[in-house]
Amino acid sequence: MAPVATPFFFYLLSGIMLIGGILVITRKNPVHSALALIVTLLAQASIYLMLYAPFVAGVQIILYAGGIMVLFLFVIMLVSIDRSVRERQFNSQWVVGIIAATALGGLFVTVFIKGKEIFPEHALPMVENDNTQKIADLLYGAHTGQYMFAFEIASLLLLVAIIGAVVMAKKRI
Amino acid sequence: MESMLHITTLHYLILGAALFLLGVIGVLTRRNVVIVLMSIELILNAVNLNLVAFSRMWGGLHGQVFAIFVITDAAAEAAVGLGILIAFFRNKETVNVDEVNLLKW
Repeated sequence: MAPVATPFFFYLLSGIMLIGGILVITRKNPVHSALALIVTLLAQASIYLMLYAPFVAGVQIILYAGGIMVLFLFVIMLVSIDRSVRERQFNSQWVVGIIAATALGGLFVTVFIKGKEIFPEHALPMVENDNTQKIADLLYGAHTGQYMFAFEIASLLLLVAIIGAVVMAKKRI
Repeated sequence: MESMLHITTLHYLILGAALFLLGVIGVLTRRNVVIVLMSIELILNAVNLNLVAFSRMWGGLHGQVFAIFVITDAAAEAAVGLGILIAFFRNKETVNVDEVNLLKW
């Protein structure tokens, strides 16, 4: 399907993402930050759709916005005391942090100005109705599956993370 | 103005870099540990955006598979990080990073 009004959607979605990111790092109430992060993640899923990656967009919505952020909200409800909402919200090393972030931002700007011509144009528009099958071919395929080992390691990592999180959060082991 | 209307890979990379910078500012300057963890998630999402943009540029799907693995890793790391946060909160009844100073000389 031919893309339509791509610059409008890109600038709209990137504006939503940047405003959501700024809200995440500047809100006093952590619940507001979590909701702003959910908005950012949903806008990012739409940008994945613009980049012809529908499977990654679906995984992002289901796993990230629907799993990880709900976990964050649970823990915020567990540890949120009203005292922390009324205190200062920037820590005692914020000057050094801003200086370091400015240095990193200057580095990014230098990279993008000097290296602007090494990024070629986009490839031709990719077909997206067999995107899931192609990702499955890369992950599980008989002759084309080169990420099978990484997939098994990822499932082992999730098992270790589950056991670790339960042990860390228990009162008496 | 014409170069701003045609969306290339560089636009997505600049957006990813801006999100990365916002996440780094959030990690370095906030007091609440939960918001620091959420800024780390912002950083991981910026990396994912870079990966998928490069996957679009080269036409293959390796970047998207890598992005799926990064999302899986982010889930595992968020779970363990929040478990540590709960253990820390149970000991000290606070969620400030400034009060983690028992090893300070």
